[in-house]
Amino acid sequence: MIRDITIGQYYPADSLLHRLDPRTKIVCTLLYVISLFLFSNLTGYLIATVFLCMMIWLSKVPVFFIFKGIRAILFLLIITVVFNLFLVPGEPVVTIWKLTITDKGIRTAVFTAFRLVYLIFGSSLMTLTTTPNQLTDGLERLMNPLRIVKVPVHELAMMMSIALRFIPILLEETDKIMKAQIARGADFESGNLVKKAKSLVPLLVPLFVSAFRRATDLAMAMEARCYRGGNGRTKMKPLVYQPRDYIAYGVTILYIVAIAVAVRFTK
Amino acid sequence: MSMIKAEKLGHVYKRLNEQGEVETTKKALKDIDIEVEAGDFIAILGHNGSGKSTLAKHFNAILTPSEGALWVDGKDSRKEENMWPIRQAAGMVFQNPDNQIIASVVEEDVGFGPENVGVPTEEIWQRVEESLKAVGMYQYRKHSPNKLSGGQKQRVAIAGVVAMRPKCIVLDEPTAMLDPSGRKEVLKTAKALNEKEHVTVILITHYMEEVVFADKVFVMDKGRIVMQGTPREIFSQVEELKRYSLDVPQVTLLAYELRKKGIDLPAGILTNDELVEALAAAYQQKGK
Repeated sequence: MIRDITIGQYYPADSLLHRLDPRTKIVCTLLYVISLFLFSNLTGYLIATVFLCMMIWLSKVPVFFIFKGIRAILFLLIITVVFNLFLVPGEPVVTIWKLTITDKGIRTAVFTAFRLVYLIFGSSLMTLTTTPNQLTDGLERLMNPLRIVKVPVHELAMMMSIALRFIPILLEETDKIMKAQIARGADFESGNLVKKAKSLVPLLVPLFVSAFRRATDLAMAMEARCYRGGNGRTKMKPLVYQPRDYIAYGVTILYIVAIAVAVRFTK
Repeated sequence: MSMIKAEKLGHVYKRLNEQGEVETTKKALKDIDIEVEAGDFIAILGHNGSGKSTLAKHFNAILTPSEGALWVDGKDSRKEENMWPIRQAAGMVFQNPDNQIIASVVEEDVGFGPENVGVPTEEIWQRVEESLKAVGMYQYRKHSPNKLSGGQKQRVAIAGVVAMRPKCIVLDEPTAMLDPSGRKEVLKTAKALNEKEHVTVILITHYMEEVVFADKVFVMDKGRIVMQGTPREIFSQVEELKRYSLDVPQVTLLAYELRKKGIDLPAGILTNDELVEALAAAYQQKGK
């Protein structure tokens, strides 16, 4: 059923990572991603691997789900590896026709591939353990200082959460309109790309009209319930750091320190 | 003190052309005089385009009077500083349940109103719990609104209004998009709120069956109030209701037709039981 679709890729489970404050997860993931670009030696990769494996184990998310994230960047991954393999200068190892693979090329290709894969693993781990709404909340709080430079942080967060709420509704509506148009003889299946794109017009026009109507209705309903922007608003579920969040920050900093030490003393 | 009081209230919709000049105007409300006492259950009836929804939007200060004046809970709706207090005093439930639920979790949606008016966190939780219990949706508090039925969604919307502790709830055709069982659910909830919490309820509808248990009924046509009185008084005037393209409940219509055929029945019969009793009485009398 179209209404059962899940937005984002949240994997519901009860783990330490799921319970962490979204702000902690966002900041730590960011630190982790940055850390991946700080080193280029084996020790660094070992530390990053151990850290990542620990987090995956803590999250109780099946490894299969985390691997699914790679599919999105598979193409990018292959291109990067191929380019690195053939284009990095160094001692030639194999020569096929005009292309040479060098020892440095192999090294860079493997390391870059791992770096990309770890990057995806780390960030999917965050989206897998955080609901879209928590993410929105976390981002709103983290970006709060930007309000000084007139960035409408609250409004952006509100728009995002409303969008999340309406995605399933609009999908259902699309389904309904599609069926209604098929019943009137519309053809969405056959023809080439141009024809198919054209056949979407009778689907999109009513969808847009209804989306705008919904938007006016919703705006009125929000005003009727005294919504007037972020000022003077209280929170039903305020974000409060728990001891476990400080521990998580501590562990991440420890990891960064370990990476820094590894970069400094091994060469 | 009266909860809502309107004097010669009028509303004009203006359609502007591209230059921002007034192109056409439409008078949606004319000379509305209405007074609603606190704790009443009021129904406003009217067919499409009779102005009943426009009137409802005035009660919540979404629209402000073009002519005349309106006081909600003693506050003049023409003054801008009264807008937020009025919206807090008179909550509003709209027709489409999907288009008025803001959050993706039931309890968060109910908390939306209190969040907006700056209620402290602990009190929000307390209010959310109370209002969800009041509409009988407490066990669904962690659910996504998308998975609820229409009637349940509408009850969540009512809870969202109740959580703001309004003195008055305006329901603008809350049952128009629901199936019969959902319709019953919503009406029962509105009635319970009126009886137990003594909230003033203003029900706007075009279903005649729904106004039977109202304290007072107003009938609107072409932007005016054309009839007012108790449901019994209103429904005894079948001919006049038909003139305003409104249908009377089936029982009432049957009793009316029987009366026309010469059977001795009282005017304005509202329920099946009443008709049965009246018929039995008439039959006995005839037997004598």
